[in-house]
Amino acid sequence: MTQTNLRTSLYSTHLDLGARMVPFGGWDMPVQYSGILGEVGAVRNAAGLFDVSHMGRVYVSGPRATEFLDWVLTGSVESLRVGRARYCMICNEQGGIIDDTIFYRLSEDGYLLIPNAGNRTTVVSWFQHWIGQRFPGGCTLEDRTQATALLALQGPNAAQIMDQVCVLKSSRAPSGLRFFAWGEGKILGNDVFVGRTGYTGEDGFEMVVESADAQALWQRLLGTGATPCGLGARDVLRLEAGLPLHGHEIDAETTPIEAGLERFVSLEKEFVGSPAVRRQLERGVERKLVGLTAPGRSAPRAGYSILDQGQEVGRITSGAFSPTLDTSIAMGYVLVRYANSGQELQVDIRGRPTQAQVVSLPFYIRPSRRP
Amino acid sequence: MEVPVQLSPDDRRYTREHEWIMVEDAATGHARSGITDFAQDQLGDIVYFDLPKVGDTLSLHGKMGEVESVKAVSDLFSPVNGQVIEVNERLMDHPELTNQDPFGEGWLVVVAMSDATEMDGLLTADEYEALIAGQ
Repeated sequence: MTQTNLRTSLYSTHLDLGARMVPFGGWDMPVQYSGILGEVGAVRNAAGLFDVSHMGRVYVSGPRATEFLDWVLTGSVESLRVGRARYCMICNEQGGIIDDTIFYRLSEDGYLLIPNAGNRTTVVSWFQHWIGQRFPGGCTLEDRTQATALLALQGPNAAQIMDQVCVLKSSRAPSGLRFFAWGEGKILGNDVFVGRTGYTGEDGFEMVVESADAQALWQRLLGTGATPCGLGARDVLRLEAGLPLHGHEIDAETTPIEAGLERFVSLEKEFVGSPAVRRQLERGVERKLVGLTAPGRSAPRAGYSILDQGQEVGRITSGAFSPTLDTSIAMGYVLVRYANSGQELQVDIRGRPTQAQVVSLPFYIRPSRRP
Repeated sequence: MEVPVQLSPDDRRYTREHEWIMVEDAATGHARSGITDFAQDQLGDIVYFDLPKVGDTLSLHGKMGEVESVKAVSDLFSPVNGQVIEVNERLMDHPELTNQDPFGEGWLVVVAMSDATEMDGLLTADEYEALIAGQ
């Protein structure tokens, strides 16, 4: 079956930059430009620029929007102040994770959600189902993914670059935005929504602009010396930062408790999946998501068995050589009795049992946030 | 597909699996082997090589090791029958040498070929260029 992938408004720009394109989540996306290791280094040491327009932009508004989102999201919506953002999950009735998302509170009754590319249509249908079921006429969904672009500028130099190119309406400098806050501003005279958010473990910003303005924004940011980065680098960066990727660490068969994401779940409210999640918290889970480090450069990869004395006790969900830490890192699920930090295990790397140690996540914390 | 930056040198032979082999000493049948520029470009940044050891016997088109890039793992195949007499130990700490100089500093092994005439069955540089032009 041939299926035409969607293209972001920067598709031809990526080709001009010599990017290698790959299909991802129904989109043709750049996996790398100059090379993944160099791109990772640019984000850790300076600034990297990503086109992440494949991620969804779903706007939810209406008098019952807050109530509705508090029903479909695991995190508390009502308590979030306008101007701020929060990370949380969307669960099914069994507590399985349909998707994870950041949501920005735009106004008392307006929100922006960023579902994953491959889950966007599922999430929109899921929301429509629950609006019809419990909140008819109370809120409206608008999927503006294809009308807009989403760029991410990430790295220790990101704030300084943003101050150089962007003026916020509040007349505050973008560097004045707190982590997980957002503002509206102008870049090159075009409207831009700026969130101090990201998926790399670095300081950074994510920007939504109209598709027609994407090219100008991209060029302006590259002009400041930011390095274009692809999804390959993004995957290494998020893994180093211990951030889950839907389809790997989390999916409809895993719950927030198993994935160690309890802190993004509010059990002071009822939401879809909350009875199942509560039950799991009371009874405990069989498996937990852990971080693993393996000495050397050969990486445990998704699907590889995690062993204790030859017996399978879990599976790797993601793994890579970490250029920042100069060792191999991975995440995976293990039976709970093996989930404690310091536990020695093995990973079957294509027939070679390789020593690995359970470590607490994240693998990497940026210097400014270290205790 | 982009044209490879580096053309395949015509002083050696090639396989369909993107290895090269070059005779170093016709008298002893010693030949140096590695992967092509096309191969390293496709792999992206290489982070690890699992190479055979000195003394290991290699068989024509048989698996002789693995190469890992950030994104993927690929098998390495031997271009000839023979025995490993030297391994590029520098690649253990600097696998990026193969990205930077696949036909030179980034070589993988030196093999004592069992039968040097096997080389004749491999692709010439022109044939190899034609092969990758179609990929």
